[in-house]
Amino acid sequence: MDIIKTEHLVYEYEKRDEEGNVIGVSRAIDGVDVDVTPGQFVAVLGHNGSGKSTFAKHLNAILVPTEGTVWVDGKNTRDPGELLPVRQTAGMVFQNPDNQIIGTVVEEDVGFGPENLGVPTEDIWKRVEESLKAVGMLEYRHHSPNKLSGGQKQRVAIAGVVAMEPKCIVLDEPTAMLDPSGRKEVLRTLKKLREKKKVTVILITHYMEEVIDADKIYVMDHGHVVMEGTPREIFSQVDTLKKYRLDVPQVTILADELKKRGLEIPDGILRKEELVEALCRLN
Amino acid sequence: MIRDITIGQYYPAKSLLHRLDPRVKLVSTLLYLISLFLFKSISGYLVATIFLVSIIRLSKVPLSYIVKGLKPIVMLLMITVLFNLFLTREGEVLVHVWIFTVTEGGLRTAVFMAIRLIYLIIGSSLMTFTTTPNELTDGLEELLKPLSKLRVPVHEVAMMMSIALRFIPILLEETDKIMKAQIARGADLESGNMIQRARNMIPILVPLFVSAFRRANDLAMAMEARCYHGGEGRTKMKPLHYRGRDYVTYVVVICYVVAVFVIGRYLPLHVWIF
Repeated sequence: MDIIKTEHLVYEYEKRDEEGNVIGVSRAIDGVDVDVTPGQFVAVLGHNGSGKSTFAKHLNAILVPTEGTVWVDGKNTRDPGELLPVRQTAGMVFQNPDNQIIGTVVEEDVGFGPENLGVPTEDIWKRVEESLKAVGMLEYRHHSPNKLSGGQKQRVAIAGVVAMEPKCIVLDEPTAMLDPSGRKEVLRTLKKLREKKKVTVILITHYMEEVIDADKIYVMDHGHVVMEGTPREIFSQVDTLKKYRLDVPQVTILADELKKRGLEIPDGILRKEELVEALCRLN
Repeated sequence: MIRDITIGQYYPAKSLLHRLDPRVKLVSTLLYLISLFLFKSISGYLVATIFLVSIIRLSKVPLSYIVKGLKPIVMLLMITVLFNLFLTREGEVLVHVWIFTVTEGGLRTAVFMAIRLIYLIIGSSLMTFTTTPNELTDGLEELLKPLSKLRVPVHEVAMMMSIALRFIPILLEETDKIMKAQIARGADLESGNMIQRARNMIPILVPLFVSAFRRANDLAMAMEARCYHGGEGRTKMKPLHYRGRDYVTYVVVICYVVAVFVIGRYLPLHVWIF
């Protein structure tokens, strides 16, 4: 069974003028169909305003669709009785690390989710320790989150979600506010989680470099899914990607340009090594 | 500069005070605050000082850190002292210059008031230095639980308090950032009289409020995403249990209050005019 499935998902919000009168309706998401099987690493790419964040909020029942349906592990997000199970199944990590840490000590923050779920005290401690270990932040358990770097804060936020033992983690641009080293930290943590805990990861981002390892990529633009496929399939269409204002990795652009000039290079080069190999084979 | 404010912040250390049950600390702080108003004599102040000094020692919070926490009340302190000094007319006149008169009673009230205020702040900030906001709110929640029968939203209030405390440093940092940004754009925050200066604060306050609301929105979403749904059915990571040391603390604090009361009242000590 699919862990996440959306069917003709539509989300509209009302535009209001200064007095609060409705002056129109705007569609942030328009007919999106997505299915994710357990254990997959799925990436949703899109430029600002493409509706990708709005889409992410549907997976956690923070937003409820205007039309269409979202199923999380077979549970309809529209059903108020399923709200907590849905949120436990699909944990969510947000963009700003400061605004999602509730506790004043790292371990208390990680314990917040399990506390809300009514997990018995001894189990909370076990979960907190395990999830801090999983993100490599165990030695910081007694620290104040304010003194951590952006990457570390984001790892704590991920631990806070992992402690709820979700089957699926949705990350809404978790690296957008981080410096390059923080970004690497977060991505490495995600990779480790995927390998060790076999959780499904849905990564919403606009950095294409982050999604090279993905099993499947959706590209969104103006509320629609405009491209869908494996990284290699997506990255081979450099011109289309540029049209959707996405930053294609440098290697891919270089390979694409070389190919246009008549060199025999395969489509969809993702890594430096691949390009080197392809170039060496030319002679 | 603005980040130097330490009042209300947790100071991580491993001390007896840090390990005590937050309920004990809350009740003891309350008793201590009341005790400061139970005596008028210098002997009472001596007992209170000894008590306070030993508590500071026990807490392992560096004195400089505690003193830093007093900075924000310097203004209040000055005003209190000056008003008491010049407006109390009691006993012999000590100094008389132009329209200012300092009397014995005035000097006494001013000095005692200042000491009392400082002790009040130090005492209550010692509680926040040694208790994480989460513990503090847990303690408050436990102590006020009887009120929830009267439909007082105890859990919600406790949650709000802990979040407010968590965001103090973040908002201070933000204020700092906005101030620098506005100064870089030519805002003048230093010169002018009080009213002008207050008006000059507007370009700092408006963005600060906007960002605070945005943060509140984000935080609410993050809390909901982590299944927060009020106090119902919630378990505790650190449930509160009284231990031996907590009972001992209760006894010690009560002994202190009785001692301060008895010694301050019935064993008065007079030095010069005090």
